[in-house]
Amino acid sequence: MRMGRRLRGSLYALTTLLVFGGAAAQEVEVLHWWTSGGEAGALQVLKQDLKQHGITWKDMPVAGGGGTQAMTVLRARVTSGNPPTSVQLLGFDLRDWAEQGVLADLSDLALTEGWDKVVPPALQQFSKYKGKWIAAPVNFHSTNWIWANKAVLDAAGVAVPKTWDEFVAALEKVKKSGKIALAHGGQPWQDATIFDSVVYATGGPELYRRALIDTDPKALASPEMRMAFERMATLRKYVDPNFSGREWNLATAMVVNGSAAFQIMGDWAKGEFLRTGKKPGTDFLCFRFPGTQNAVLFNSDQFAMFNVDAKKLPAQRELAKTIMSPAFQAAFNVIKGSVPARTDVPGDAFDECGRQGIKDVAAASAAGTLLGSMSQGYAVPASIKNAFYDVITAQFNGEYDAARAVKELPQAIELAK
Amino acid sequence: MTAATAARTRLSVWLPRLALAPSFAAVLVCVYGFILFTLYLSFTNSKLLPVYEWLGFANYVTLFKLPAWHTALANLSIFGVLYIGLCIAIGAMLAIALDQRIRAEGVLRAVYLYPMALSFIVTGTAWKWLLDPGVGLEQVMHVLGWQSFVFGWIKDRDMAIYTIVIAGVWQTSGFVMALFLAGLRGISDEVMKAAQIDGASGFALYRHVVLPQLKPTLLSAVVLLTHMAIKSYDLVIALTGGGPGRATELPATFMYSYTFTRNQMAVGASSAVIMLFTVMAVMVPYLYSELREQRDAR
Repeated sequence: MRMGRRLRGSLYALTTLLVFGGAAAQEVEVLHWWTSGGEAGALQVLKQDLKQHGITWKDMPVAGGGGTQAMTVLRARVTSGNPPTSVQLLGFDLRDWAEQGVLADLSDLALTEGWDKVVPPALQQFSKYKGKWIAAPVNFHSTNWIWANKAVLDAAGVAVPKTWDEFVAALEKVKKSGKIALAHGGQPWQDATIFDSVVYATGGPELYRRALIDTDPKALASPEMRMAFERMATLRKYVDPNFSGREWNLATAMVVNGSAAFQIMGDWAKGEFLRTGKKPGTDFLCFRFPGTQNAVLFNSDQFAMFNVDAKKLPAQRELAKTIMSPAFQAAFNVIKGSVPARTDVPGDAFDECGRQGIKDVAAASAAGTLLGSMSQGYAVPASIKNAFYDVITAQFNGEYDAARAVKELPQAIELAK
Repeated sequence: MTAATAARTRLSVWLPRLALAPSFAAVLVCVYGFILFTLYLSFTNSKLLPVYEWLGFANYVTLFKLPAWHTALANLSIFGVLYIGLCIAIGAMLAIALDQRIRAEGVLRAVYLYPMALSFIVTGTAWKWLLDPGVGLEQVMHVLGWQSFVFGWIKDRDMAIYTIVIAGVWQTSGFVMALFLAGLRGISDEVMKAAQIDGASGFALYRHVVLPQLKPTLLSAVVLLTHMAIKSYDLVIALTGGGPGRATELPATFMYSYTFTRNQMAVGASSAVIMLFTVMAVMVPYLYSELREQRDAR
């Protein structure tokens, strides 16, 4: 009897939920993995903006950087025929999901809002599938940055390095001064993040494009590629012995608190400096990896729009429109540490590193050196990206030497195709 | 009257079947159904989501060309043998020691059994810190003044797999101890006394009288430990994350990464099938021989 009453009670609650859920059609359900401090704060901006348009935000956070767990949840939701309104997706995942035919077509909205004119073509390749807009890109991150502790550099008598040789000399000087030269976390994706820059610096945009984007077997086994691996081995010498398995933000903390000089990491590292009250230019420095000054190896956070019921469409369109509005892109990226996906957003609100980032994106886009980051899944699909990771991390950890790495790399990629 | 009895008989025949039907159906679908589904997927071209395009054995060929899969298999044999062997050895010794009618046995038993109450994630995380040269054991020894102490296995490609054995054995030995203790308590005093009267004592008593009677316990321990070894996933993820590099990859972590993060679902499925057959290859003959012995004994 008591069971019966409880059951009836929950049924009633469920019905109420369904009725009111149905009435509040102006709702978006967004699956994302921005749960850590700075990221969650940046997302709050979007929630506020939508609230002003009378749209409620149904949060569906699945923690776990890189979104592995989130993707597992998404698989289940899509397979059961009930996808969320929008999902934070990266790079080739967008294309993979578009191939499944589950993404919405935003082209009409893109046309009226003029997205084609303001979003660089290199990024459009990912936000569009077969000529149709499927996602709203929020930002540009790039991986070819070096973050440095100014006090440590000054103490070691090191200036900002402009070339590879200067960089190695700087690392050597810092090491001699008793500090850790290169803060690094030994996780496959972090090793690959360094590799992005090293490949570009070694063989320029041609090698980067042929090896990391087109995965041309000849380029992958080329002498330049071998040299890139040798440079990885050089960098390995300047990492502390306890690096393996360390999270990226702990490596950043080593630079923040002055126990290490440099970290090669994407611009999400900036948030870690800002959170502790450090100022760009005075406390810490941001500069492009030597030899990649004219390039931006990007990745971008995007919100893919899924095929939903017709009655949920207006809210979905409003969400996409809000994400793409210049005001939101500026407000959001100031907090997130990235730069706007639109190139027409003024940089006034940004700090020094942010302004340089905005300038770099525009310049690289014009020069054709705005290239997708391999380590972040913007150059090759996930399976091939992971094949790269395998070889890079095996070589960085000393399992392969450079000669073996260039032999293993084409094979590993062939098996992942 | 007879009709009612007949109905009752029929009910007593059908009721157990009826009661078992839901769990039977659930097991049929959720275990054997999905095993067949995985088997089927391993022959398809599935990448991101399941697709049903037949591909034959191509995925198995790919699987055995992958260096990481060989690493995973090699690691499994190291981990499996050491984990099962050490757990049983330590568990049996603890059980025999506790069986000596010592004081505070209840407290000690709880102390040894408690690690089992933790999840492997907790064990893994705690041991990750303990074994980390920067904050754990090595650092403590340095602070205490033993500057030359070095224990960096967890950062060493060749030794990292043994740290997983250490953490796994720490967690599970107490459980094996409990199994053996129950087995020891099941041996009747009369048999022991008879053996003692016949002159058996100490080591010989255990070697020739007690241990042979623990064979069923040993069987359950091996069954439980083998499947725990093969499905080990959370411990590796928490302790080393499969690293350094991919040095501590195990078949379970391999299967998960290929199925869910690398968008090579079919390759992941074929690795799952290989895992299943590995378990079967080990367990089926063992179970078969044990069960036949029991039947023969009867």
